Amino acid sequence: MLSLIQGEVVTAHHWISTSQFTDIVAISQMTPGPIGINSATYVGYAAASNAGFSNGMAILGSAMATFAVVLPSFLLMIFVIKIFHKYHNHPVVNTMLSVLRPTVVGLIAAAALLLMTPENFSTPNESAWQFYISIFLFLVTFLGTQVMHINPIRMICYCGFAGLLLYY
Amino acid sequence: MNIYWEGFRTFFKIGCFTLGGGYAMIPLIEEEVVNRKKWLTKEDFLDLMAISQTLPGVFAVNFSIYIGYKLRRLRGSLILALGTILPSFLIILTIAMFFATFADNQIIAAIFKGIRPAIVALIAAPCINLARAAHIKLTNVWLPVFTALAIWIFGVSPIYIIILVAVGGFLYGKLVQPDNK
Repeated sequence: MLSLIQGEVVTAHHWISTSQFTDIVAISQMTPGPIGINSATYVGYAAASNAGFSNGMAILGSAMATFAVVLPSFLLMIFVIKIFHKYHNHPVVNTMLSVLRPTVVGLIAAAALLLMTPENFSTPNESAWQFYISIFLFLVTFLGTQVMHINPIRMICYCGFAGLLLYY
Repeated sequence: MNIYWEGFRTFFKIGCFTLGGGYAMIPLIEEEVVNRKKWLTKEDFLDLMAISQTLPGVFAVNFSIYIGYKLRRLRGSLILALGTILPSFLIILTIAMFFATFADNQIIAAIFKGIRPAIVALIAAPCINLARAAHIKLTNVWLPVFTALAIWIFGVSPIYIIILVAVGGFLYGKLVQPDNK
């Protein structure tokens, strides 16, 4: 999705500059919400601002952009739900779902594997302190949520706090 | 308690803590929606993931739309989707308006260095109990392994894998006709 956004917003329409785009990608990593929504909100505001509109209009701009990015999801999902409901108990659909489910587990595993990057964990060469702490926090979170059933949200807060203590 | 408000609040909470990308929502939805509120079974959850991945749009929002629709049809999906979108909308808008240097702040950077590995663990960990819900056995374990390797090592897009497996499943169902419970 990122390359699509960059192509449209920076290259084709020149609504924001490349550095502003890099900013929003970095900010989006640190704020809640998916990159799609965050960039829509940000670009909506920044583009209106850059074009010289007032603050109020810029806010309207960000609301419209955000609305636009979720609308297709809405229409498609509702459509798919209605179809799904119709064919729900069809034996062939059940077979399809029963092969898809293990696939999705692999998909989620791949998502986790893809996130094991130097950006998220650092490397022994770059910063050994951060690397070993990251592995420690990874294991603690893994065991904490699976074995001790700690709520994931609480776990995120603990790790954020740990990050503050250990890195600041 | 009013289900609209409960749904909104649940997804607002999930929306607030989905840090670092759409996939981070997976463990949160699992905990809140599947385990706690029981609005979805684990099987439903896996099915929904397959659908949400294949459809365009923000994967995280697709989830809330479905659950909202299941609970209270169109109005439900609107309200729950709003709950998901609102936290990030408000936060980003505030940042866009006032704090352009948010990303450079050292305190924020430190907190996030701690959070990032946790997010990775939170995404990986549920695979174990999801594997049970997906009925992964020795006979079909090649499916998730093949999928994970294809996506991780060979960079194949998940969408293609899902479509491929869906078509394969369709053919398997039509031609081989295994008995279904």
